[in-house]
Amino acid sequence: MSKGKYGIHGGQYTPETLMNAIIEVEKAYEHYKNDPAFQAELTELLNDYAGRPSRLYYAKKMTADLGGAKIYLKREDLNHTGSHKINNVLGQALLAKKMGKTRLIAETGAGQHGVATATAAALMGFECEIFMGKEDTDRQALNVFRMRLLGATVHVVTSGTMTLKDAVNETFREWTTRVDDTHYVLGSVMGPHPFPEMVRDFQSVISREAREQILAKEGKLPDAVIACVGGGSNAMGAFYNFIPDEYVRLIGCEAAGKGVETEEHAATIARGSLGIFHGMKSYFCQDEYGQIAPVYSISAGLDYPGIGPEHAHLHDTKRAEYVPITDDEAVAAFEYLSRTEGIIPAIESAHAIAYAMVLAPTMTKDQIIIVNVSGRGDKDVAAIARYKGEDIHE
Amino acid sequence: MSNPNNVNQISRIFADQKAFIAFLTAGDPSLQKTEEFILAMAAAGADLIEIGIPFSDPIAEGPVIEAANERALRAATTTDKIFAMVGRIREKTAIPLVFLTYMNPIFVYGGERFFATCEEVGINGVIIPDLPYEEKGEIRELAGGHGLDVITLIAPTSQDRIQMLARDATGFIYLVSSMGVTGVRSEIKTDLAAIVDDIRQVSKTPVAVGFGIATPEQATAISKLADGVIVGSAIVRIIAEHGAAATPILSDYVRTMKAALV
Repeated sequence: MSKGKYGIHGGQYTPETLMNAIIEVEKAYEHYKNDPAFQAELTELLNDYAGRPSRLYYAKKMTADLGGAKIYLKREDLNHTGSHKINNVLGQALLAKKMGKTRLIAETGAGQHGVATATAAALMGFECEIFMGKEDTDRQALNVFRMRLLGATVHVVTSGTMTLKDAVNETFREWTTRVDDTHYVLGSVMGPHPFPEMVRDFQSVISREAREQILAKEGKLPDAVIACVGGGSNAMGAFYNFIPDEYVRLIGCEAAGKGVETEEHAATIARGSLGIFHGMKSYFCQDEYGQIAPVYSISAGLDYPGIGPEHAHLHDTKRAEYVPITDDEAVAAFEYLSRTEGIIPAIESAHAIAYAMVLAPTMTKDQIIIVNVSGRGDKDVAAIARYKGEDIHE
Repeated sequence: MSNPNNVNQISRIFADQKAFIAFLTAGDPSLQKTEEFILAMAAAGADLIEIGIPFSDPIAEGPVIEAANERALRAATTTDKIFAMVGRIREKTAIPLVFLTYMNPIFVYGGERFFATCEEVGINGVIIPDLPYEEKGEIRELAGGHGLDVITLIAPTSQDRIQMLARDATGFIYLVSSMGVTGVRSEIKTDLAAIVDDIRQVSKTPVAVGFGIATPEQATAISKLADGVIVGSAIVRIIAEHGAAATPILSDYVRTMKAALV
């Protein structure tokens, strides 16, 4: 029987070679997710090691400047390792430990998930190998060195488009060669079941905290929650506990690259169609014969031709909205938040900031927006300088 | 050309001999050459040809076949052009033909339309590496409706799943010899005999072994414990090295491999 369905999306489209490994993860997760001792251990790691709960910060200057809704920033950029990725990684690494695994492998786009995985591996004593597209090792050289510093081996992927999608292909291939001692720490709410559910659960700490924090500060829920979407893990985490609150708008910001009207974008909902790839049925950027399209974004973390199956379902049911944000808009937001609030966001997160800048002025002063700042932008400084025509050597 | 005996046609090749199954990627280096290679391998003694429909992201393939997929797509190979090629081949040979491709090219083409066209041009079965037992239902129904077998893959890690998978199998069972992706290996360590025994307890469907087989010595050894031998990467490598001039080399290779089966 097909498992892990979100409406028509999801499933377990994975080679037979990996099925027992995936079933092993599924069984372990089913067991440990309801185990109070496991959850207590994870909470302790999240709080004492990763620095949770992350702050919900009232962006007063940004609010005043935009002249509309009150803007709160959920500060996932303040987590240890600099992004929301650590939430999922600590969960999966702890699960891998319980499963008796000794080696972690992972794909990475911007390098944030790779850094988080290498960090957890160092902390918990795993061997660690990270797969990263050549295009991304070039534009995120700092993160490559961080991973090596943490003791991980970084494999540069030169197949296909040499970006995140190809890094995922290569990590799946690596997993098929060695499943006994190895856990694949998938970095987003994608892939075959149980990954979309498990990663969402580990990331849902974002909206669990944000919901309590906004109720404590404002005594009411927000009118909108905005997050950037590549595979969609920070957005799924930021949305999840607000899904039952039907009047809270959930808005995912896709990477429109040079524009959704061009062929250089990664806007899966705007331009994609239904397909089956990377273990799941969902929406993908592809051609009429089902060949996955090369995608483009200034942001390595959003440069992915698909979207997690639960997002696809939230789109189908219209519970969430997905909007495209171009490179230019994201870069402008990157600079805007830096100057206005003294917060340099990841270029991924800047896509969410960009839409908040559009939406806030259309709302009233008693309305509230929460923007998930999924990561910090230190890693992007050199790339943004290049984008602006300045050559900075890291 | 419609073929009402599709289902029987695959198992027939195992009836009184060990079968040699050859894989190549359609459109590498061109569909015209693929057609020539298939006819040459059939004439040289191949019993079944697996035709790879190239996919942008072949996650079960090693570097050799992955590169062939990339070359074929760069040569503008499409599913429709491959169907047309198979139609031409079917006028010249009755050898069973099976497609190997991933879920997405089939799903996006439209499952019903894909399998109806398979039947029309004379394809006998399909191998889909990213379609496990758990997701097979709908595809098996669509394919079966057009007389095609959906070939069951069994892996060294299938363990407690082996008999569940084997009970379900038609055409032949594709036993994956080793962990990992496709590609030539110097040594196969899996206890294949034990897996074949497990299969035999519940199924009479012929078992062919693939992944990592390249030499006549390996073919001899494998054919002693299974009904057939599948070779992919070694053939694709010959095509990669010799390109348009590969035909006589492929014929010699297939003849040698077929003769090595016992």
